[in-house]
Amino acid sequence: MSTAVPKSGALRKRTAPPNNTSGTPTGKRGTMFSRSLIMSGLLLLFVLIIPLIDLSSLGLYPAPLVSTLGDTGVYVILALGLNIVVGYAGLLDLGYAAFFAIGSYTYALLASPQFGIHLSFWLLIVIASLVAAFFGMLLGAPTLRLRGDYLAIVTLGFGEIVPTFFLNADSITGGTNGVSGVDTPILGIPGTTTGFNFSLGGTNPYPYYYLILAMVLVAIFVISRLRDSRIGRAWMAIREDELAAAAMGIDTVRTKLMAFAMGAAFSGFAGCVYSSKLGFIGPGQFDFNVSVFILCMIILGGVGTIRGVILGAVVLYMLQSYVLTRLPSWIHDFGVSTNIGFLKTTDFSGIRYLIYGVALVAMMIIRPEGLLPGERQKAELHPESLDQARRESNVELYDETVLDRQDPSTRGGQEG
Amino acid sequence: MEHFFDCMGQGGFQLFFQQLVNGLAKGSIYSLIALGYTMVYGIVELINFAHGDIFMLGSFIALLLLNILGVTGLIQGGLLNIIAILLAVMFGTMLLTGLLGVAVERIAYKPLRGAPKLAPLISAIGMSFILQNVGQIWRGPAPISFPTIFKNQFYDVFGVRIGLKSLIVFFSCVIIMVGLTLFVQRSKVGKAMRATAQDYDTSSMMGINVNNTITLTFFIGTLLAGAAGLIYGVYIGSVQFVQGYQAGLKAFTAAVLGGIGNIPGAMFGGLIIGLVEAMSDQYGTCFGLGIQWTNAIVFAVLILILVFRPSGLFGTQVTEKA
Repeated sequence: MSTAVPKSGALRKRTAPPNNTSGTPTGKRGTMFSRSLIMSGLLLLFVLIIPLIDLSSLGLYPAPLVSTLGDTGVYVILALGLNIVVGYAGLLDLGYAAFFAIGSYTYALLASPQFGIHLSFWLLIVIASLVAAFFGMLLGAPTLRLRGDYLAIVTLGFGEIVPTFFLNADSITGGTNGVSGVDTPILGIPGTTTGFNFSLGGTNPYPYYYLILAMVLVAIFVISRLRDSRIGRAWMAIREDELAAAAMGIDTVRTKLMAFAMGAAFSGFAGCVYSSKLGFIGPGQFDFNVSVFILCMIILGGVGTIRGVILGAVVLYMLQSYVLTRLPSWIHDFGVSTNIGFLKTTDFSGIRYLIYGVALVAMMIIRPEGLLPGERQKAELHPESLDQARRESNVELYDETVLDRQDPSTRGGQEG
Repeated sequence: MEHFFDCMGQGGFQLFFQQLVNGLAKGSIYSLIALGYTMVYGIVELINFAHGDIFMLGSFIALLLLNILGVTGLIQGGLLNIIAILLAVMFGTMLLTGLLGVAVERIAYKPLRGAPKLAPLISAIGMSFILQNVGQIWRGPAPISFPTIFKNQFYDVFGVRIGLKSLIVFFSCVIIMVGLTLFVQRSKVGKAMRATAQDYDTSSMMGINVNNTITLTFFIGTLLAGAAGLIYGVYIGSVQFVQGYQAGLKAFTAAVLGGIGNIPGAMFGGLIIGLVEAMSDQYGTCFGLGIQWTNAIVFAVLILILVFRPSGLFGTQVTEKA
C-alpha cells in the first residue's frame, strides 16, 4: 500500500491541466498571460492604425498596400481554417482551394446579376459557410478512412474536380468568363436607404480592410475556442495517435469529419468575403497552386499554432503579392540610383517564381518547424527544449508521449 | 437512349481499339514518371513535387542533346542510325536528369531528414517552383516543337490503324520498366533499396549505407523521368515548361492508384490513367461530358477506386498508426 501514494502523486502530475502545455512554469503563468495579452493588444493597435500611416516615402503607397493587406486578411482566415484540418486533426489536405471556390461561387451566384438574385451579404456569409461545410462532409464521409497520403491525393483530386466543374458548367457559372458584377456588402437594414455602402474593391480600400480585420478577429476567437473545446482536444488526440484516441472513446470518423467540415466552413466564409471584394469570380482563381499556397503558409508559420499560422499567411501573401511583384522595379530603381549597369538593364520579373521557390526551400531548411512553432512541434525536432522546460518548471509536463513517439528508431519499423 | 448507343457504337471496335492503343502509349509515359514518385515515396515517404518538373527538364535536355547532335528533323540513314542516335540521346538525358534529381535531393530534402513530415513537402513544392521557372527562362513560355525523328507509319491490323510511334513509345517504356524491375528484384543494390524502404536502422545494421541508397533511389527515379521526357517529346511532338505540372499530377495519381511505394502498382496505375483518359476523350461526349471534363473524370475514377480499395490497387493494407 505504501507504494500507492507516490504513484497517485505522479499520476496527478501527468494529468495536469492542458493549459500547462506551453511549458510555462505554473508559478509564472499569471505574468506570462498578461504579457501575451499586452502583446496581442499592441498588435491589434498596430493593425488598426497601419492603414493610416503614410509610407509613400518608402515606395509603399497607401491604397494598394491597404488593399493587399485586406486580401492578406482573407488568406489569414483561409490559413486558420486549413490549420484545423492539417494542424489540429493532422489530415493532409491538398485541395483546400475547392472549398474556397465553393464559398466564393455561392456568394457570387446568389448576389449578382447572374441569376438576378441579390441576397444580403450577412445572410450569405452563413449560407456560404454551410454550403462549404456540407461539401467538406460530402468529400470526407466516404474518404476519411483512408490513410495519410491517400487522403491527400483524394483531396487533391477533389481540388481539381471542383474548378473543372465551375469552368465547364457554363450555363450556371458563366464558364471561363466567370461571374462578374458581384454585389458589395451593405451595412444597415436591407431594403431601406439607411444602409452604408462600403464600396469595396474600388478606389477606397479602407472600409474593406476594417471589415476583413473584424472577420479575422472573429475567426481567431472561434478557432481558439474550438481548439480548447472537447472536439479540439479530440482532434489533437487523433493527430498524435489515432489508435489511442479511438481507445479513449473518441469517435474518430465523426471527429475527423467535423475537422473537415469546420475547415471547409472557414474557407467558405473567406470565399464569400473574397468574392464580394473582388466583384468578379472565375474558375482560374482556385487551382492547385492556391491550395499549395495556403498549405505553405501554415507550415511555414508553424503548423498547429494560431499565431504561427497568421504570421505565415501574412509573410507569404505579402511576399508573393506585394514584394515579389514590386521587386523587379525596386531592383531597377536601386540600379539607377547606384548606377550599377546590369541591375538597370536586366528584367527580373521573369524570375519571381524562382525567388519564391528559393525562399520556400531556404525557410524550410533554416526552420523546418516553422517560424513560430508550438511546444509540441519544437519538441519533435529539439527534444532538449522540452527537457529544459521541464527542468525550469520543475513540473512533469503532462505531454510525455512526444519524446517517445518522435524517436526515429521506433518510428521506422511502424511505417516501413 | 438510342442516341447514347449510337454515340457509343460510333466508329465500332476499330475506334475503340485505336483509343486503347493511344491510352496505353500515353499511359506508359505516365507509368515511367509514376515510378519515380513511388520509388522516392517508398524509401523516404515524401511526395516529391519537383518530380514532374524534372520530367519537363528531361524533355528540354533531350531537345538540347538532339540539337547538339544536329538532329532537327528526320534522322537520315538506316534504322541502325536512328536507333543509335535515339539511344545516345536517351542515355545522355537519363544521366543528366538523374544527376539533377540527386542535386535536388542534396539541396532540398537531405537537410530535412528527420524534420516534421510536412517540411520536406513544402521544400519539394519550392523546388518545383524553381525548376519550372528555370525551364521557363531556358526555353521561354511558348510550346517548342520537338523534331520528328522518324516517320510515323501506320499498320492496319484487322481494320485498326496502329501508329509506329505509339508502338515504339509503348515498348520502349515496357523495356525500361522490365529493366527496372529486374534491377530492384535481382541486384544487390536493388535489395538494399528494398531493405532501406522497410527499415532504416535494421538495414544500416546489415551494412547498408542508407544515405547512399536514398541518393541512388533519387537518381534512378529521376533518370526514369528523363527517359519519359524524351519519349513524351517524341510522342506529343511539342514540349513546354508547364507540361511537368499536368503530367506530374497524373503520374502521381497513377502512383497512388496503384498503391504508393509499390513498383508494379505504379506501372499499372499509369496505364489505367492513360486508358481512362483516352476513353473519356472519345466516349465522354456520350455522357454529355466533352474532352474538357477528362481531368475531372480521371480524378473521380481515382476517388471511386480509393473508396473501395483504400490502399490502392496493389498496396497492402496498412493500419493507421501515428
